[in-house]
Amino acid sequence: MNYRSTLAVSAMALALAGGMAQAQQTLVYCSEGSPEGFDPALYTSGTTFDASSHTVYNQLAEFETGTTNVVPGLAESWEVGEDGKSFTFKLRPGVKFHSNDQFTPSRDMNADDVIYSFERQNGEGSWEYFNAMSMPDLIESIEKVDDMTVRFNLTRAEAPFIANMAMDFASIVSKEYADAMEEAGTPEMLNQRPIGTGPFVFEDYQTDAVIRYSKNQDYWQDGLPKVDNLVFAITPDASVRLQRLQAGECHVMPYPNPADIDSIRANTDLELLDQEGLNVGYLAYNTQQAPFDNPKVRKALNMAIDKSAIIDVIFQGQAEQAKNPIPPTMWSYNDAIEDDGYDPEAARAMLEEEGVTDLSMKVWAMPVQRPYNPNARRMAELIQEDFSEVGVDVEIVSYEWGEYLERSKATDRDGAVLLGWTGDNGDPDNFLAVLLGCDAVGGSNRAQWCNEEFDSIVQEAKTINDQSERAKMYEEAQRIFKDQAPWATIAHSVVFMPVRSEVEDYIVHPLGGHLFDTVSLNSDG
Amino acid sequence: MLRFLLTRLGTFVPTFIGVTIISFAFIRVLPGDPIIVMAGERGMTEERYLELREQFGFDRPLLVQYWEYLTGILQGDLGTSFVTNRPVWDQFFSLFPATLELSLCAIVIAVALGLPAGVIAAVYRGKFFDRALMTTALVGYSMPIFWWALLLIIVFSGNLGWTPVSGRIGLLYFFDTPTGFMLIDSAMSGQDGALRSAISHLILPSFVLATIPLAVIARQTRSAMLEVLSEDYIRTARAKGLSPGRVNGLHALRNALIPVVTVIGLSVGTLLAGAILTETIFSWPGIGKWMVDSIYRRDYPVVQGGLLMIAVIVMIVNLVVDMLYGLINPKIRKR
Repeated sequence: MNYRSTLAVSAMALALAGGMAQAQQTLVYCSEGSPEGFDPALYTSGTTFDASSHTVYNQLAEFETGTTNVVPGLAESWEVGEDGKSFTFKLRPGVKFHSNDQFTPSRDMNADDVIYSFERQNGEGSWEYFNAMSMPDLIESIEKVDDMTVRFNLTRAEAPFIANMAMDFASIVSKEYADAMEEAGTPEMLNQRPIGTGPFVFEDYQTDAVIRYSKNQDYWQDGLPKVDNLVFAITPDASVRLQRLQAGECHVMPYPNPADIDSIRANTDLELLDQEGLNVGYLAYNTQQAPFDNPKVRKALNMAIDKSAIIDVIFQGQAEQAKNPIPPTMWSYNDAIEDDGYDPEAARAMLEEEGVTDLSMKVWAMPVQRPYNPNARRMAELIQEDFSEVGVDVEIVSYEWGEYLERSKATDRDGAVLLGWTGDNGDPDNFLAVLLGCDAVGGSNRAQWCNEEFDSIVQEAKTINDQSERAKMYEEAQRIFKDQAPWATIAHSVVFMPVRSEVEDYIVHPLGGHLFDTVSLNSDG
Repeated sequence: MLRFLLTRLGTFVPTFIGVTIISFAFIRVLPGDPIIVMAGERGMTEERYLELREQFGFDRPLLVQYWEYLTGILQGDLGTSFVTNRPVWDQFFSLFPATLELSLCAIVIAVALGLPAGVIAAVYRGKFFDRALMTTALVGYSMPIFWWALLLIIVFSGNLGWTPVSGRIGLLYFFDTPTGFMLIDSAMSGQDGALRSAISHLILPSFVLATIPLAVIARQTRSAMLEVLSEDYIRTARAKGLSPGRVNGLHALRNALIPVVTVIGLSVGTLLAGAILTETIFSWPGIGKWMVDSIYRRDYPVVQGGLLMIAVIVMIVNLVVDMLYGLINPKIRKR
């Protein structure tokens, strides 16, 4: 048998085996790695979320596929208290949890499940995302108003809370299932055989090889999911994933090699989808150390960097030059801002004007690949060359990843650090406060930059629930950022998704997840 | 024979202790704190960091950690994965059959092709066959596995469509795997075409994995055969008028086998090392791929437990090879 026909045959065979009149549709996704487990609250990797929170689970609020807009999920609606410190969620009635051979739910999803899903994370255990998003400090209490209404009382007004509720760690698990497994002495089943309310029912996981899901026949969103079976064929090597896609062994693959993009475009069996990623790569000066405490020096150095060369060489053209600290796909992106253009001569003159001559500095290059920076070492070399044009001598340093993250936090650190960020929840606060807020100095604010004006705007915006009003404030914050230039903003990388031509309605999600509930297969394919 | 076995076993114990120390120390001397790496760009509070350190037991002195590790091993407890929270021992044995199946097929291919190739090259020394075979062996030996695997996939799966690209069996087949050996399980499943699918998935990865041992075995067989063929007793055998087949096959090959068996034994180490790359490329769910993932995730218990198990397997195979020598050459066991 020629293996190119495997998928067609498999769909036929499944239909025959089931004695069905119509062929079942099986969508095969060549995923890039094995999930760490199936309880999304325990992990932080996208690979795990794809296999758990994006397939098996739902959250109270959800990100509309293809956007960072928050829409109702398991909560039909919500109300924010007048002081902004309480969020009351009205739950969707009639939502059914999945069943498996060990468990059949006796009731629909209700407030107990919601409360359990969060309260379990407030205790011992490695609930990393819950902690990273400061939930233990933020949530004061969770109240059951009635069976279908839950109120979260917060310690402070926090508008991004609703976006946090759409994140993967906020997936709603079945309390009834958790209790049953606890009683059976097998609480680990929650992480191995997940039960959720999501579009797909978990069927089986063969470690490191295949994950199988079937359609949730009782799914609360009418008409979804569109395929009958979903299979994750775990294929870690990007070249092999592409071969499998070309051979028809799978329909969708993530993370192609940049070098393969042209050949994918040329292949008529494949379609290449793309979307700007929700990320930013930057070079953060240490604004507490001379001469980088002078905004003009920072701006001059920014003008010395040839970003278009970086996009061509490091991203092979698959990125957009960054001018703001937040990506263009995010609401409140200030497109009116003008970037400090590449102008080495003006940069040199500006440095001289500020009395900076014979400057030697360090540029830190990360030892790992990230979507926002696929080759930091090479990027540092390009910057070294650019800076030498304006008379600045650069020494490139690098450390093992853990050391790098730790040492670059120090406020007395020497030099500028290459790093970046991929958004968690599509909220501008998740970039601006986390990476540039005064509270984050000595932590994730690698520029050690504390600007009172910027910080007060960002802090205030957090307490306002009207999005258009917040957007205006963040636009202003971006203007201050550009004026003060604590970073050289470098790039927002583009995310590519090659799919086979028979795949319909696959939407590339700006938050990086891979979702299949809206996808169908064209039978002509 | 018993004394021989006991002496060999005597060296097993200190080697085992040495391996536990190396596997324990290896991951700890690597720079970087696993908890900080785990937190990534997001970072964590000092409080949370200390909490996790305590939870993973990193706050205790190294000697205490090692002692617990060692006593655990002796009770069959290799620890629990930080990531999956499953016992390392269980995970190892659920994945090991896949690696074993692949390695066994590779060694069968390597021996079945390497041994005759070496004998033919020796018999036709200096002639075309010899040169062609030895050049091929040298190329095979020098080939980077990664590149070689991709080349075969592109040609045989991509262009010709003869073999599947990767995985252990077609996605259409779905059955229980009680033995973990796909060839056996697929045959027992009773599903039409399952066995054929399993075999077709095994061809490319086992051939890739066999390449280096095949080359080594062919070259070793050739040189051992050449040495033996110049011995007096071979000349005598020829002078007695024995057929070339009998002389080469019976008299020469048996004596040439000793160094060849050594090489086969040693290639188990090569196979397990090669399996790490081969499994990653062919999405083969064995211990090689599992170890690579765990190193990236800094999953200490898995890395040290996996290293230890692989080392023990290599040691056991070497012990078996030592005993085989004794069978082939009685002079050795009398020493």
